[in-house]
Amino acid sequence: MGDKKEMKTIIATDCGSTTTKAILVEKVGNEYRLINRGEAPTTVEAPFEDVTKGALNAINEIEDLSGRKFIENDLLIKERKNDKEGMDIYVSTSSAGGGLQMMVAGVVKSMTGESAQRAALGAGAIVMDVIATNDGRLPHQRIETIRNLRPDMILLAGGIDGGTTTHIAELAEIIAAADPRPRLGIGYQLPIIYAGNSDEKARKIVTDTVGGKMALEIVDNIRPTLEHENLGPARHKIHNLFMEHVMQQAPGYKKLMSWTDAPIMPTPGAVGSMIQTVAEERNMAVVGVDIGGATTDVFSVFESENEKGDIEKVFNRTVSANLGMSYSISNVFAEAGLENVMRWMPMHMDEKKLRNIVKNKMIRPTTIPETLESLVFEQAIAREALRLAFEHHKSLAVGLKGVQQQRTISDAFEQTESGQSLVDMMRLDMIIGSGGVLSHAPRRHQSAYMLIDAFLPEGITTLTVDSIFMMPQLGVLAQVNKEAATQVFERDCLVYLGTCIAPVGKGKIGSPVMDIVVEYPIDRDEIIKKTGAESPHFPVIEDMTGNVIKRTVTYGEMYRVPLELGHSAKVIIKPYKGFDIGAGAGKELSATVNGGTTGIIFDARGRRPFTIPADNKERVKKLVEWTKVMDACDTVALEKYINE
Amino acid sequence: MAQAFTPGLKVTKETIVKKKRILPLKGDVMVKVGDTVDYGTVVAKTDLPGNVIPINIANQLGVAANEVRECMIKKEGDSIVKGEKIAMYKSFFGLFKNHSVAPITGTIENISDVTGQVLLREPPLPIEVDAYIDGTVTEVIENEGVAVECMGSFIQGIFGLSGERSGEIIVVADSPEQELQADMLKPEHKDKVVVGGSYIRLDAIRKARQIGVAAVVVGGVDDKDLRALLGYDIGVAITGHEKIGFTLITTEGFGEMNMAKRTFDLLKENEGKRASVNGATQIRAGVMRPEIIIPSGKDIKGYKGDTGEGRGLQIGDPIRIIREPLFGELGTITEMISDLTMMESETMVRVFRVKLANGEERTVPRANVERIEI
Repeated sequence: MGDKKEMKTIIATDCGSTTTKAILVEKVGNEYRLINRGEAPTTVEAPFEDVTKGALNAINEIEDLSGRKFIENDLLIKERKNDKEGMDIYVSTSSAGGGLQMMVAGVVKSMTGESAQRAALGAGAIVMDVIATNDGRLPHQRIETIRNLRPDMILLAGGIDGGTTTHIAELAEIIAAADPRPRLGIGYQLPIIYAGNSDEKARKIVTDTVGGKMALEIVDNIRPTLEHENLGPARHKIHNLFMEHVMQQAPGYKKLMSWTDAPIMPTPGAVGSMIQTVAEERNMAVVGVDIGGATTDVFSVFESENEKGDIEKVFNRTVSANLGMSYSISNVFAEAGLENVMRWMPMHMDEKKLRNIVKNKMIRPTTIPETLESLVFEQAIAREALRLAFEHHKSLAVGLKGVQQQRTISDAFEQTESGQSLVDMMRLDMIIGSGGVLSHAPRRHQSAYMLIDAFLPEGITTLTVDSIFMMPQLGVLAQVNKEAATQVFERDCLVYLGTCIAPVGKGKIGSPVMDIVVEYPIDRDEIIKKTGAESPHFPVIEDMTGNVIKRTVTYGEMYRVPLELGHSAKVIIKPYKGFDIGAGAGKELSATVNGGTTGIIFDARGRRPFTIPADNKERVKKLVEWTKVMDACDTVALEKYINE
Repeated sequence: MAQAFTPGLKVTKETIVKKKRILPLKGDVMVKVGDTVDYGTVVAKTDLPGNVIPINIANQLGVAANEVRECMIKKEGDSIVKGEKIAMYKSFFGLFKNHSVAPITGTIENISDVTGQVLLREPPLPIEVDAYIDGTVTEVIENEGVAVECMGSFIQGIFGLSGERSGEIIVVADSPEQELQADMLKPEHKDKVVVGGSYIRLDAIRKARQIGVAAVVVGGVDDKDLRALLGYDIGVAITGHEKIGFTLITTEGFGEMNMAKRTFDLLKENEGKRASVNGATQIRAGVMRPEIIIPSGKDIKGYKGDTGEGRGLQIGDPIRIIREPLFGELGTITEMISDLTMMESETMVRVFRVKLANGEERTVPRANVERIEI
């Protein structure tokens, strides 16, 4: 590792399934900053079949932009010679060639099956299937399913320590009988990790059954007791095997591994690690999302009570393998349904045309929306992809199931069950959005608007996006230099969009939801002087006296107060009866909120449920109104399409 | 700098086509380098291990799992025939007998003392890989397969359904603008690669299936019709396994769009010749487009022409626009503007100035054009 080296110049790459992205990070004075970024097509596939070519091309673009030299004779200059030549360390992540694809197995689907799934997902894998003794399939159907899958690795869990051995034997026998072939490479043994009942007898059964046929590794039980989940050792082993087995089979990775100063991480694993760092350092509940062309990853860190009654931060990651904005766009459309996509569209488009547009984007994934109509449609699909991926995440980011809970009288009234989602939107502090449709939206306001519509944050939530999608590189960099990673993340990666303030409750359109008071950092006269009278650049001026903005926000309304990045404002929110902003129904809450590109967004469109008018005319009217408030596009151009 | 445009689809009159024909698992290669093969020649074969059928003998006989082995009439590795007794349990001095019979013909794979489960394996399934194209074996990958090469015309489509087929080309449309209608399809088109013009609707697709054509090649198709044909929505762009009875290849995309004239003319030129076609499409990692290969029978030795290498776009190149509002329009690049230009969507992109077929000049994002490959 390079942690003892003086690290001034750092190069990090992320070898994605289509593009390899490189960043140059350098220590400027006392802090690390992003200097340049380069990208090039990934070269894992034919005709190149060598991932390092794409990495070199991306780094070569940095050379062009920075006027510096990092490559000589198709090799990296791994020693920093001066300010113009060489680097101190090089790190990389990878999701090329489909990333890490795993199959997991557990005795009971909702218990060890889910724990195994969480272990694999947290390590950055795509889970192809979960096999369990109660998965509703007959043994021969399970065997057929496993045979047809071509995983990179299998994780076999099951049984608490001292628990069942028979069911583990049954699972091992099924896997051995199916004898699945690895996805990459002919004639090498498929890695299988056993992380179940740690009794000698159980381990021997597994060794006897699958040991000869597959490359078996045994680690600590992921569920030693019903009340305790121990995912660390399995995740660590998955990372090691990813490097030792899977990556060895992928074209060019042996060379890439010899260049890096830290183990190559699967891309989602690196993003997850970065999100965990943010949550820990700021003591926050965080949800992160990365919406790509083929898949959407969702990460969350929320507090939860462990078996000893202590509060701990629980990290979860899920991947929705077929929700994405290009290769998988058609699947988003199919899963969400026409009606759900169209509810975000203020203009009419007939079904035949829509279907063809979606499919044409799928088969030519690199095209970009030229017209406003195209952009609005793509962002409508993005809202649904994000919503579906988040639903999926909430269903898996749950407390341990099957745990006996001691109930008090008050618990009996609440009727809480084990296995409840850990995702509590009212406790959520920050959403971090990432991926092309969010990071590269023509207006940052559009990113904020999409995040609010898709995630429906409750209470007070900070909205951010990854400026140029560099969380993967920073995640792997954090393994060798946490200081550099967090400094670049804070200064160059994270873009603050603003703060969403959304009370929970239901009402009638036009009825009052909350009285708000915003103590603004600049007073009215100063703003008028700066922006020129009743400027559309500051639409809330009519609600302002001195430096105080007062307003009653009504049901079905969005209200936005621009607040620049670096500024903060004190906000007092007094919700009306039946609405809760976090302090309890009808109870006032005050907070100091930070600005960003979009400012403070008061969203009174309701939560639990969130509603969009069913009547088409009313819906279009509202969508245009919200778009204007959010300044999400040129509304004159939008009206042209609506009236067509 | 990364290339900010979509590489065009190949429509090549003469090129070397190389196809790797690889087994799904190790086996025997049946040909050697230099052998001449036709599309149906078996070049490699192997045996896929048979399906596994588990039966719980302990439950069937009502015995403990660790007693199953004693009850087995057949042992691990023994052959079994469907209906044959494989295990028996006697109680009360042989007065009561329970037995289990083999539900399949095959072998006993495994007897478990822990679960009482016995795994039976069906006989191996022979797998054969054919040459797919008429050509010459140029490479043998030991125990895995071969590479076959030929000279010929090569046309890539944009999207297809179903897998490899072979048949004689027949062009039924008069022009690339003509829709392939149901009444243009005749019984004599059975086993043929039928080339239409612009578009095909559901009724004609169903007629093609009913006649038993080998393949249909058209400009465009509606997604709504594919959904009706398949009974489900195509979620991700991985196709090739659809069991629709024939191979469907679209050359331009979804919707009503004329087949590119160059593609149509090349297919017309090859009418009557045998073509190997494959509808398999995969847009993600390892991009795979549907293809039409028409071997010419010429010798590949000494050929120095096109080898399939692409190059960047240049002024004067013919292009096709691949995104609305001008989707499907053809034109020629007149200017390459390197500064970022704002589109109506406010996206900042690098653009081309393009002269359309009707003489009009338009600004188009570079990412939204593809070269018409020559």
